[in-house]
Amino acid sequence: METKTAAVSMRNVTKAFGSVNANEKVNLDIYKGEILALLGENGSGKTTLMNMLSGIYFPDEGQIFINGKEEVIKSPKDALKLGIGMVHQHFKLIDVLSATENIILGLEGKLNIKEASQKIEDICKKYGFEVEPRQKIYDMSVSQKQTVEIVKVLYRGADILILDEPTAVLTPQETERLFSVLRKMRDDGKAIVIITHKMHEVESLSDRVAVLRGGQYIGSLATKDTNVTEMTNMMVGHAVTLNIERPEPVNPRPRIEVQGLTVRSEEGILKLQDVTFTANSGEILGIAGISGCGQKELLEAIAGLQVIESGSINYVEDDGTRELLIGKDPLKIAEMGVSLSFVPEDRLGMGLVGNMDITDNMMLRSFRRGHSPFTNRKPPKQLAVDVVKNLDVVTAGISTPVRRLSGGNVQKVLVGREIASVPTVLLTAYAVRGLDINSSYTIYDLINEQKKKGVAVIFVGEDLDVLLELSDRILILCGGQVSGIVDARKTDKNQVGMMMTRIGGSGNHE
Amino acid sequence: MNEKSKEPFFHIVKRDALPWYKSIGIRIAAIVLALILCAVVTTITTGINPIRVYESIFLGAFGTARKTWITFQNISILLLISLALTPAFKMKFWNIGGEGQVLIGGLAAAACMICLDDKLPNVLVMVCMVIASIAAGAVWGLIPAFFRAKWNTNETLSTLMMNYIATQLVAFFTIVWEVPKGSGKIGIINQDSNVGWLPQIFGSKYLLSILVAVVITVFMYIYLNYSKHGYEISVVGESENTAKYVGIKVEKVIIRTMVLSGAVCGLVGLLLVGSINHTITTTIAGGQGFTAVLVSWMSKFNPLTMVLSSFLIIFMNRGASEISTNFGLNHSYSDILTGIILFFIIGCEFFIAYRIQFRKKAEKEEQ
Repeated sequence: METKTAAVSMRNVTKAFGSVNANEKVNLDIYKGEILALLGENGSGKTTLMNMLSGIYFPDEGQIFINGKEEVIKSPKDALKLGIGMVHQHFKLIDVLSATENIILGLEGKLNIKEASQKIEDICKKYGFEVEPRQKIYDMSVSQKQTVEIVKVLYRGADILILDEPTAVLTPQETERLFSVLRKMRDDGKAIVIITHKMHEVESLSDRVAVLRGGQYIGSLATKDTNVTEMTNMMVGHAVTLNIERPEPVNPRPRIEVQGLTVRSEEGILKLQDVTFTANSGEILGIAGISGCGQKELLEAIAGLQVIESGSINYVEDDGTRELLIGKDPLKIAEMGVSLSFVPEDRLGMGLVGNMDITDNMMLRSFRRGHSPFTNRKPPKQLAVDVVKNLDVVTAGISTPVRRLSGGNVQKVLVGREIASVPTVLLTAYAVRGLDINSSYTIYDLINEQKKKGVAVIFVGEDLDVLLELSDRILILCGGQVSGIVDARKTDKNQVGMMMTRIGGSGNHE
Repeated sequence: MNEKSKEPFFHIVKRDALPWYKSIGIRIAAIVLALILCAVVTTITTGINPIRVYESIFLGAFGTARKTWITFQNISILLLISLALTPAFKMKFWNIGGEGQVLIGGLAAAACMICLDDKLPNVLVMVCMVIASIAAGAVWGLIPAFFRAKWNTNETLSTLMMNYIATQLVAFFTIVWEVPKGSGKIGIINQDSNVGWLPQIFGSKYLLSILVAVVITVFMYIYLNYSKHGYEISVVGESENTAKYVGIKVEKVIIRTMVLSGAVCGLVGLLLVGSINHTITTTIAGGQGFTAVLVSWMSKFNPLTMVLSSFLIIFMNRGASEISTNFGLNHSYSDILTGIILFFIIGCEFFIAYRIQFRKKAEKEEQ
């Protein structure tokens, strides 16, 4: 290690938000020609630390050395001057501008689009990116947008790159492509930091891992000398078992029948086309697909939140009677006696109200109960106490606004509320997105528990490894159409990945 | 040392929630500082002893029993309009049409007084006035809400435009009903018969609006914080998607809330015409529909805090008129003072949310 030069050395860096120490005396070295994976649970301070390096936050204490010289980074501009660039989880691009325009946006000097395009093409050629400089952002897929973000940082001369959960929105194939680019950049002598929760990516990509826990620096290891269990134990602080249970479905019976469902977005774009499937009780039906392939619309259609062009959705009672769910809003569905729970993708924008406390969020589903014009906060308060206790939600109290909780805890609150209503159908969209490994397994356990109770679970996921381990059957969506339904016990990642990009995949599935 | 100096002299750090006494302390400090600055500005620009100016301001608001009553009456009107706007604001529906909703309520009350004068007994006229003015205000709130709910039109524009419609309607009826003809004024309505003059309470003509304000304050506080409607308003305001997700009918909540908002404004129009002025002019609302926006925001939509905010604004206003007569200062001078005070009050919110951290190492080296 001594042979390499430390591009960045952070010494005793501390940052507090109010009374919470997001980072406490963190010492971190980043070397040139190396990919460092920064690991830690939600709320362990990874993003805060990187934000300080890229000039978004200013540390309360501590020093940052760049190439051995102490520097003060007051703004992202300072960071870029020092060659530090960050690719954020949420892209910061302007939709109506082209790739080139976005890349040179905010740069000083004379505006010369032609020259800029040439330089962009040079960068792309060097590292193997595929960017069409004139293409508008709104025409791009998520992975193309991400590429633009990375090129933007490189264009500005960054040789220390920070990527915050870059693979959260990519397909396996796109991820592989990104990784090969990152490897090329490493070989070119750039220092790369990647924040991720996916352990198999850490293993396949990084040279070294650094672990944060509760805002403190725990240690760093060479990736080849460690394994997933050891890394997880360092992150969590105690030994954990990493097995997803998959009990055999008990007495599965059809619960939700979807027939020829077609949905258009408000702009008239076809989002779902002739989707037909049945979800059974006591079974987890995984839904795989590239993001934006109709997963959101499918779940919202079942939950009564989506206008439907044609097709039908039926709820099947235990005694076999069918009830049409189409054309009913969530309130009517609930009034029919169908207990349908939905954990939406957008937790704080749809599932919960960020500015309300845990109690008031618990009340969202139940506040109408009783004839009194006034709300009764006693039962939701009890529910809040129970959820916090049973699911180990880390919070200052039940009157804390949920937006102040970390991602994993927000999700626990949401899932806790949704399963409290004893559902017969549970819809979940990206239930573990952005969650650390420990919280993810808590959520998997909760979902499995529901399955054992005979709930029909529809699980939209993005991590194929998890989908394959957790689901009983997997429905693969491709461009709004059903590409196939496979037995999760008998398929593999490759086949599902193929089916995600082409209807029917390579062919031989059941 | 050279590198140290590159560190910014101070940087801003977000605070955790402050204990209540500290945040109140910061606010009091802000008001005291504002008063000191006002004093300095006064002395420099006019040479008048600031203590005497403050004394005048106080006497302007509370100098005599009558002045005190009028101060409280004005507070009650401003407070009522602020309360009326608050449920809409909590829903993130920017109702800046308070002015028009008040005017149209007042116009409806005046219409009843003028048209039903000799046709119905006094009590029934009053009942008609109450119903008509509340309904008129409600309709003025309903129209923009309906368009917003159905076609997602911008309510800021539509409520604002409704103000002008109301003003023009009042101007039109002023000509229709003008007394005497050609004066361009309606004058005191039913001066002899007093038909439609709302009753005096305990012999005081000021008390009615104050009592109404107290009742509506309590009602609004309970409605917003403890009722199912209030809860729905908060959810819709925070996130329409969440509201739809739990089956709240967003359109219905928007319309219902704006009807309430407009109705309370209409009620204010009734008080202004039936109890306070006994006439109607285009300026009867006096811009308070807009001042109320400030009051509501400054109080962070808390009805109880609104009592204090409207008190402060009316107090400064009343005091201002007094100093302009006493010292021969232009009335705008009081606006300057009010401006300084508001600037400090709103500005201090920054210090409640954030803390300024000065360069630490420099301090350490000095020690």
